[in-house]
Amino acid sequence: MRKKVLLMGKSGSGKTSMRSIIFANYIARDTKRLGATIDVEQSYVRFLGNLVLNLWDCGGQEAFMEHYFTAQRDNIFRNVEVLIYVFDVESREFEKDIHYYQSCLESITQQSPHAKIFVLIHKMDLIREDQREAIFKAKEEELKNYSRPLDCHCFQSSIWDETLYKAWSQIVHKLILNAPQLEKNLHDFAEAIEADEILLFEKTTFLVVSHCLKKEHSDLQRFEKISNIIKQFKLSCSKCDTSFQSVEIKNGNYTIIIDLFTPNTYIMVIISDPRITPALTNYNIKYAQKHFENLETSQEQRT
Amino acid sequence: MSKMMSSSVIDQTSSLSISSQNILSNGTIVDFSVGSMPANYGYDESFSKEDDEEDSNEESSQFKPRILIMGLRKSGKTSIKNVVFHKMEPNETLLLDPTTKTNLEDISCCSFITFQVYDCSGQIDLFNDPTCDYIALLKGCGSLIFVIDAQDEDQYTDAISCLTQTIFKGYNINRGIKFEVFIHKVDGFPDEKKMDIYNEIQQRANEMLIQQDATESLIQKIYLNYHLTSIYDHSIFEAFSKVVHKLIPQHRQLERLLDFLCNSCGLERAFLFDVASKIFIASDCISPLDTQLYELCCDKIDLVLDISNIYAPKDVEGISADDSSYTCVKLNNELYLYMKQVDKFLAFVCVIRDEIFVENRGIMDYNLTLFKDSIKDILSAQKTVSQDQSVNNQNNTNSSEPDTSNMANNILGNF
Repeated sequence: MRKKVLLMGKSGSGKTSMRSIIFANYIARDTKRLGATIDVEQSYVRFLGNLVLNLWDCGGQEAFMEHYFTAQRDNIFRNVEVLIYVFDVESREFEKDIHYYQSCLESITQQSPHAKIFVLIHKMDLIREDQREAIFKAKEEELKNYSRPLDCHCFQSSIWDETLYKAWSQIVHKLILNAPQLEKNLHDFAEAIEADEILLFEKTTFLVVSHCLKKEHSDLQRFEKISNIIKQFKLSCSKCDTSFQSVEIKNGNYTIIIDLFTPNTYIMVIISDPRITPALTNYNIKYAQKHFENLETSQEQRT
Repeated sequence: MSKMMSSSVIDQTSSLSISSQNILSNGTIVDFSVGSMPANYGYDESFSKEDDEEDSNEESSQFKPRILIMGLRKSGKTSIKNVVFHKMEPNETLLLDPTTKTNLEDISCCSFITFQVYDCSGQIDLFNDPTCDYIALLKGCGSLIFVIDAQDEDQYTDAISCLTQTIFKGYNINRGIKFEVFIHKVDGFPDEKKMDIYNEIQQRANEMLIQQDATESLIQKIYLNYHLTSIYDHSIFEAFSKVVHKLIPQHRQLERLLDFLCNSCGLERAFLFDVASKIFIASDCISPLDTQLYELCCDKIDLVLDISNIYAPKDVEGISADDSSYTCVKLNNELYLYMKQVDKFLAFVCVIRDEIFVENRGIMDYNLTLFKDSIKDILSAQKTVSQDQSVNNQNNTNSSEPDTSNMANNILGNF
């Protein structure tokens, strides 16, 4: 099942860098090597087995942008599931940016009226930490106004920290058809093994696909932090021509197990009951694998 | 097979206890290879005498080996210190201001390695500056790290002449200083270019040293070592680890402990890491250091620390060191990375094959508890030595020797 995702924004706003980090295993430093994208770069990314993201990374230089709204309009804007528009927070040409943004929205309304719209305020690392929240909120207000009557979700992001993962996790989450069913199953599983929390990650990108919380946790940014941390480790393993299969951390306060789950996902289980041994949790995970695998294949067959 | 094993255990036992006696029988470190600290740690007599009067809180400071980091300005000294000891991200070091005055910092990275790092300003010429008592500085110095910026080719001559001057001055004041040259910022170069730069700098420095050497025998006596480093990869940690090894008197002892553990448990590789700075204090000597494995272990420690920080309850810092805690990463190529915390600062990390680990997990854990105890013994022996030495500066009586023989005897068999 293919879902078309449009990635648009002005030249130099960071679209190709983002895409490379999330889907192509670049580390943030490597993105310096990327050049300007010429015209549209299409890539097909397999996500969660049955989902294929057809990513359209549209070069943001003016010549191309003009082209998109005229000659290529039908081609580009038809059948779009998700539009991701990237704003560079430091851009001096806000008016022009808005103009292009609104042209996109127009085309979307005409060609793919049901598309979901996400706006990323990118390069937030260039703003001082104490000003970030305020600036983001202000931009969000403005953009929501400009987007009317369409609804848009705004995120702040930067390739240098975990905010990138948060934004993309949310975006991808909206594309998963059986998200509620997955969550319910995870919830039952968590009840059964008495876990505090279970996270399900997609295998290559390590974006959080689903999660279940039994015990509240104060750090709301932890999902994306964990995605970032594990992804970094995965990249360093690949430098040594290997990759990790599972991680087990046990101490007096908690047990954390990260393991390969279904062919497309990793699972992370956090248990704080010291009486439950890791061996038991491992056994439970292996046992539940079958069930979740069946869920995935039945999902695939349905589509 | 088991008979053979028991005889080799006994051999190891005797050799280990002999070396422990060497450490403690006369209160000074003698017969210890690898250029460990001379008898009174290179401090002159007046220095240690005045410490007799200080109270016991301060007594430990006299035994901290000192590392001086010197070099021309903008060579990368403060960045190195921050990346290694303060967990700064390499790209954040671009924002650091130039160091205007020399900073002294106490790094207490683990129970027995406490050393002081002097980050010298490159803008001040240390030897001509009247405010700076470089004689006292150099007298107490264990290692002097000279940082050369490899990317700045025009400055090579200046850097090398500054290096030579530093070496001569330093050697005259304190014969025991170990000079380490970090050929820094090599991340941008391909491997052949790195070797070229390494050879070039080494050659030119040697030439200059010989030229300026009046006695013509100096160059054989000086301990001078070169390293290629960069803060953007693990090379800086590896180089710093090697520098620190030479400052730890117990280093050889720890290596032998690790060797013994590796042999009896069938480990591929074992490290003793300082968790905060990711410097490894010791590693086994069975095979030459595999940089990749070292990097993997470093990254694993990062992973564990980061995740633990997210989930640890608020009042608990870092990783707990009790016997049942462990961390285990299974890799695709049938290797396990197994980590156990030894004490608050030190962690034991080993690389072990799949089959061996799964079958012999219990025995290995038992051996590791013995290993932990041995390390603690070495630690407390060192403390006793320092206490004795401050009370009575002359030869001391024998303090309790660490019972490493106990560990050797009890370590269960070969797999």
